[in-house]
Amino acid sequence: MPQPDLELHDRPQGEPRRSFITHVLAAGIGLLVGAVPALSGLAFFLDPMMRKKAGATGDGFLKMPVALDALEVDGEPQLVKIIMDRVDAWNTYLQQPVGAVYLRRTEQDKVVAFNSRCPHLGCAVDYKPSEKIYFCPCHTSEFKLDGTKQNEIPPRHLDSLEVQIRNGGEVWLKFQNFRATTPEKIPVA
Amino acid sequence: MHEALYENIPGGARWRYVWGSTLVFTFTIQVITGLFLWTAYSPSTTTAWESVYYIQHHMQYGWLVRGLHHFSAQAMTVLLALHLMQVVIDGAYKAPREINFWLGLILMQIVLGLGLTGYLLPWDQKGYYATQVSTEIMGATPVVGPQLQNLAQGGSQYGHHTLTRFFAMHAGVLPATLIAFLALHIAVFRRHGITVTNPDRAPATAFWPDQVLKDGIACLAVLATVLALTIFKGAELSAPADPSEAYSAARPEWYFLFLFQFLRFGWVEHQGLAFGAIYVPGALMAVLVAMPILGRWRAGHAFNVAFLMLMMLGIVGLTALALKNDSEDPDFLAAVHQAHEDSVRVVELAARPEGIPLEGAVSLMRSDPKSQGPRLFARNCAPCHRYDGHDGTGRKITRKDAIVEEVIERQKDGTDKKVKKIVGYKPPVEELATATDLGNFGSSEWIKAVITNFKGTFSALENVKDKEGKLAESSKRFLEGDMSGWSASHAQLWRVKENEQALSDLVAFLHSQGRRKGAPGISDDASKRGRQIFETGKIPVGAFETNCIDCHSLQPIDEDKLLGEVGSGPTLTNYAGKNWLREFLQNPGHEKFYGSKNAMPAFGERLTEKELDLLVRWMVGDYE
Repeated sequence: MPQPDLELHDRPQGEPRRSFITHVLAAGIGLLVGAVPALSGLAFFLDPMMRKKAGATGDGFLKMPVALDALEVDGEPQLVKIIMDRVDAWNTYLQQPVGAVYLRRTEQDKVVAFNSRCPHLGCAVDYKPSEKIYFCPCHTSEFKLDGTKQNEIPPRHLDSLEVQIRNGGEVWLKFQNFRATTPEKIPVA
Repeated sequence: MHEALYENIPGGARWRYVWGSTLVFTFTIQVITGLFLWTAYSPSTTTAWESVYYIQHHMQYGWLVRGLHHFSAQAMTVLLALHLMQVVIDGAYKAPREINFWLGLILMQIVLGLGLTGYLLPWDQKGYYATQVSTEIMGATPVVGPQLQNLAQGGSQYGHHTLTRFFAMHAGVLPATLIAFLALHIAVFRRHGITVTNPDRAPATAFWPDQVLKDGIACLAVLATVLALTIFKGAELSAPADPSEAYSAARPEWYFLFLFQFLRFGWVEHQGLAFGAIYVPGALMAVLVAMPILGRWRAGHAFNVAFLMLMMLGIVGLTALALKNDSEDPDFLAAVHQAHEDSVRVVELAARPEGIPLEGAVSLMRSDPKSQGPRLFARNCAPCHRYDGHDGTGRKITRKDAIVEEVIERQKDGTDKKVKKIVGYKPPVEELATATDLGNFGSSEWIKAVITNFKGTFSALENVKDKEGKLAESSKRFLEGDMSGWSASHAQLWRVKENEQALSDLVAFLHSQGRRKGAPGISDDASKRGRQIFETGKIPVGAFETNCIDCHSLQPIDEDKLLGEVGSGPTLTNYAGKNWLREFLQNPGHEKFYGSKNAMPAFGERLTEKELDLLVRWMVGDYE
């Protein structure tokens, strides 16, 4: 029975002079075999960054379930749910609520819309009729009826959305979400 | 680290020491790829297959990460066997290393456990049915079996909790245990040093870099093999698990095939499941465990080596036998073919813009005429009909006749008695069809054949015999009926060159009425000319004795007037189209079809609306 323990940790006697090439090869191959699974996995993990948003159909405008006539001129804002098809990885959800907007008719033929997501950190903004302000319950962001911010908590005003009045009374809206926390309005792809 | 790198290797670096390192390497691949797969896997019965499909077909390099994981797992099993053989042959299990040998055996069990639990996670047909067998075997464990099975499955049946539990085992409990035991295994190995059979073989060296280089090259070879399999073969994903859909291609992962084959032997089966699946493998494991003790005797080492070699030989032999049997079994091959078709089809269906419905991809398959039609045909139609010579799914219909012999059997009361007993089976023979082959039903070739060669087209009816062995009355009614006679007496006319166009026009007209994909349009010139022939019987040379509309009725598409009257022959309105076929299958004995001449069962009661729809749509080719 050999007794390797005695010699352990000692540089063995009479070992051949290892060439530089052996060192490089051993280290190189070691790195290579480790890198293949690690890099494949990393590339896989980065999938969401490379994923292109499924192209929106048409011009991106949605017909709102509220007609122009149902909104009072200079009245209270109305919260409207946005119903859209939503693709989530392998599933396609047909006609699901994906967000909400406040619609307010400011003039005879003009409707203003705000995304109900707070630009601060993405909570849903409430409307307080008594004070005529939009109010975020999370961190007390406040916005006036025209969407301008009332205190320094939110980084920007409420996110206004494009609205079109079509066919003499239909309200169409281009729904978009924007990144929270930034002073600029940056659409979420 | 330094100590590990400069560990002494008396006798120099050798290729035979690489197996342990390749195992650590493959396990590292599993941990890395496994963690990444975890970020995209969703364990539930409605999302497991779907998330794996998404990994495999939609996420970037998903196929690569999954392939590495899939094939490294298999490589690990092979490397385990090699490592075990090297350890036993070199006598590395002997004192003081017996503890480490046992630790190694525990690691082997954990690796096999990882393979078994991982096989189920994609929740595809293959994994589902193979794992069912494993959990049933678990249930056959004496005393605690049923409880054990219930705990493993998370209930009395497979469901969401089977997956969450298997996943927790596969990604949590087992790897953690493996890492703990592996750390012990390596620590003990380092304590005792490497087992060297011949220290004077070459000058001693250190682990780094000589042995590391050899290990590295071995790992590179393993990686290259795994990559090649991933790229050229690819990790398989069969159709989503469907408990209601039999899966005849079910086999365990290849490294368990030996056990599968062993369990199939009649004499093993006769001893009960626990014998073959638990006691025998348990006894083999017990001998492995006892090796360090056995090795203390003089002939012990030789016995151990011989035992292991015999066991490996047995495993290889049984695996080869299993593969050979399967490759010679046409039913199995047809099932494998069908399983492959399904796996391709479901990916096609899932990739549609509608995506996968919330109830899972299995519902895509269940409502797909292309995959369900053949199965419905096989179950309902193939007892009499054929589809291009097979049962719709690609299997031949065969019959195994029993060999019955009279044997003398001692009765309980001590007397001898002659009894008839099945002593075996004759080789399978193809069962004759008793109704027409419907492989080309409703095509222009079919219509032409019915017109010009009625008796030949329906010749399978000749196989229906009555009790005296004569042609059955029900067949006679068809083979010697009006249409058969008409077809025979006009055969000469169709052979006249001038009538060729007329025949093809008539066929085009009937074909267009079915409104099938690829059929002529109803307003095509040929269809219009054919309509005239159908109604008037006017052909360039000769004349019909009786016109089509003298026996058949037909309501042409988009016309108000019924041609002919509902009467002696089957109606040809929408002939061989969806509506015609649905109504016909519901009740072929209806007066507008075969009436009193009918011999075919009505399927209106036997099939659900949905089944009937799937079958009809498959037969008429109404699917994407």
